[in-house]
Amino acid sequence: MSDSAVDPRLLRPPPKRGMRLSWADERFRAIIWQVLIVGVVVGIVWWLVRNTQHNLEVRRIATGFGFLNREAGLPIGEHLIEYTPASTYARALLVGVLNTLKVAVIGIVLATILGTLIGIARLSKNWLLSRIAGAYIEAVRDVPLLLQLLFWYTIMQMLPAPRQSLNPVTGVFLSNRGLRLPWIQWQDAHSFALLGFVIGVIGAILYVRSARAKRMQDGQPRKVWPAVLGLVVVLPLVIWAGLGAPWQGDIPALRGFNFQGGFSVSPEYFALLAGLVTYTAAFIAEIVRAGIQAVPAGQWEAAEALGLSRSRVMRLIVLPQALRVIVPPMTSQYLNLAKNSSLAVAIGYQDIVSIANTTLNQTGQAIEGIAIIMAVYLCISLSISLFMNWYNARIALVER
Amino acid sequence: MAETLAESAAPRPAAVGPAEARRPPMSVVGPVAWARASLFSSWWSTAITLALAYLLVRWAMGLVDWAFINAIWSVPVNDQGIAQTQACRALEGRGACWAVITEKYRFILFGTYPYDQHWRPLLCILLFIGLYIVSAMRRFWRKELALVWVATLVLIGVLMWGGILGMPYVPQERWGGLAITLILATFGIAFAFPLAVLVALGRRSRMPAIKTLCIVYVELIRGVPLISLLFMASVMFPLFLPEGMNIDKLLRAQVAIILFAAAYLAEVIRGGLQALSRGQYEAADALGLSYWQKTGFIILPQALRLVIPPLVNTFIGLFKDTSLVLIIGIFDLLTAGKTAVVEPAWQGFGVEVYVFVGLIYFIFCFAMSRYSQGLEVELNRHRVR
Repeated sequence: MSDSAVDPRLLRPPPKRGMRLSWADERFRAIIWQVLIVGVVVGIVWWLVRNTQHNLEVRRIATGFGFLNREAGLPIGEHLIEYTPASTYARALLVGVLNTLKVAVIGIVLATILGTLIGIARLSKNWLLSRIAGAYIEAVRDVPLLLQLLFWYTIMQMLPAPRQSLNPVTGVFLSNRGLRLPWIQWQDAHSFALLGFVIGVIGAILYVRSARAKRMQDGQPRKVWPAVLGLVVVLPLVIWAGLGAPWQGDIPALRGFNFQGGFSVSPEYFALLAGLVTYTAAFIAEIVRAGIQAVPAGQWEAAEALGLSRSRVMRLIVLPQALRVIVPPMTSQYLNLAKNSSLAVAIGYQDIVSIANTTLNQTGQAIEGIAIIMAVYLCISLSISLFMNWYNARIALVER
Repeated sequence: MAETLAESAAPRPAAVGPAEARRPPMSVVGPVAWARASLFSSWWSTAITLALAYLLVRWAMGLVDWAFINAIWSVPVNDQGIAQTQACRALEGRGACWAVITEKYRFILFGTYPYDQHWRPLLCILLFIGLYIVSAMRRFWRKELALVWVATLVLIGVLMWGGILGMPYVPQERWGGLAITLILATFGIAFAFPLAVLVALGRRSRMPAIKTLCIVYVELIRGVPLISLLFMASVMFPLFLPEGMNIDKLLRAQVAIILFAAAYLAEVIRGGLQALSRGQYEAADALGLSYWQKTGFIILPQALRLVIPPLVNTFIGLFKDTSLVLIIGIFDLLTAGKTAVVEPAWQGFGVEVYVFVGLIYFIFCFAMSRYSQGLEVELNRHRVR
């Protein structure tokens, strides 16, 4: 690698040539091709835009986003923020976005848990367990998601009416009006306890980090669990007790033809969530299986030879290496789940697609409606990609 | 027995001949050993096995009860042609009402296509299946296969539309069922594939304008759900065209599916282009081949071969995604199934219909998935030691 060994002729820069205006010159050809193709694309787009403008004029369709401030007049069953049919279109669309996020975020969390469990079951030494997991994966992956959603929704509709509702555990009711769960009547003390819990979790993470840093310096193992337990469990409990320990259950009860009180899950939301989670979990299971199998057997054997327990081998040696294989395909599954939540429109759950679709039918402004749908999904996709890329970079192999 | 024992105890003389083969003890091989190793290896594993076996048997018995023992296979039809489904309703979900399938299967498979002409979509379905089987065989992987595809697709168009050779004309609005699903999927792949190859090449091109165009196209399409593209095709597309120019709904949905599939296929093909070693590109350049010669003779044949398994997986996804046209009201297999139980007599028998339609989808997708797995093993044989 010494400099003197390099032939000085190799260090000479290549001769600079001017571009010739001839077909034989590669750079000239490239410019012509690009001008041609960009010209064709711009021409098509211009033609479409001109047609559209003309059509909009002929059909007297308004353009622009002025309709957002008008009264929507469309009823929405599920809303996380205050909403009435007298609210504006902008608010209706915001409700739709929140409903989409409600399904996507909870769906991603549940699908990850279920998918990981099935993936591990697929690798189990127990023949029956691994075969059942395999059959589940194959059956679920080869049937369209939309069909599965319709299937789940049909089953929800076939459940008995509230009066005869299934009651597997006291306080839990399953009927064709959805799922009702017992809940507590929310008071200020609960909010403060929740705040205390969040602060406790942050404090616990910081404490564990500093303890680990100290251990790296002096090699002394430290007990961290008492402090973590105190911060995460005892702190919120003390706050709650200090504020009088309010505890009033909100048990659902049958009044008239429907239930009152409790925590309600609508049949549409339940069917959508169940369909999305069971479908995506099958794909995640395959990713997890492939990721764990990608770690060479030598890594297991070497770790066991060091005397680590099986769970520690999994946690410290195998999982960090498997994650590098798992995370990129997992990202695309999360993106798929978020995009697939748009199928809600087929079973009547009012997500952004459903509400934007109603909006564009009511106002006739198709272009704006579809632009809103696309913008929302592009933002969601981009956020998931950015987060997962950040996570992927964090767990990536540190090389020279 | 005593003899063998004595022999094995004493040192064996060398001239006796080949040793008599003895079976390994029962505790190492055989069904008992297998069960011990893979079903009852620990108390934890035993507990899982027993619990799962119990649940499986109970579920299987319930399924057999529902699907076969308590099931009703046909119901009487009164003189107005309305099915009498009281017997099915009396089951209250304890048994399947397969009568809905025996009564409605032609509607589910062929939609509202004229009843006496059903042989035409049926022949189309068989032609499609034949086309898939021929395309799956490696000995037919040659240039002539493209001609076979063109010929078959033209033949299918002629059969579906009719209007010549004594076949009455059937407008597109009356097509439906499985034939529509296969048309959307097959034409989708046939047109998306060449487009995807061009986009993948464009994305690896050194020309910045073309590269940017391809990246924007792929990322835009992959960032939005297929439904938004289908909505665009059904409500926005008519606004794009000059007045008087009208394209029917099926074709608009087909265009949306082609554009959607091309973006995903392009990413798979780009993976193959990237996996190819640099030396292949350089060697082709050194031979003095032009860009299209290099691409057509050296790069694509190798790159595509590398990505056949993920390509088949993308095809499976696309096949399932054609069911989304239900949302814009196109009469594919799933829409036909959903419509079959709208009739008052058959309301409430959705589960049976969805099981039937799901089985049809499953057969196609499962065949493709098995084929892809087999191909992966075959194509990677040279790497397995």
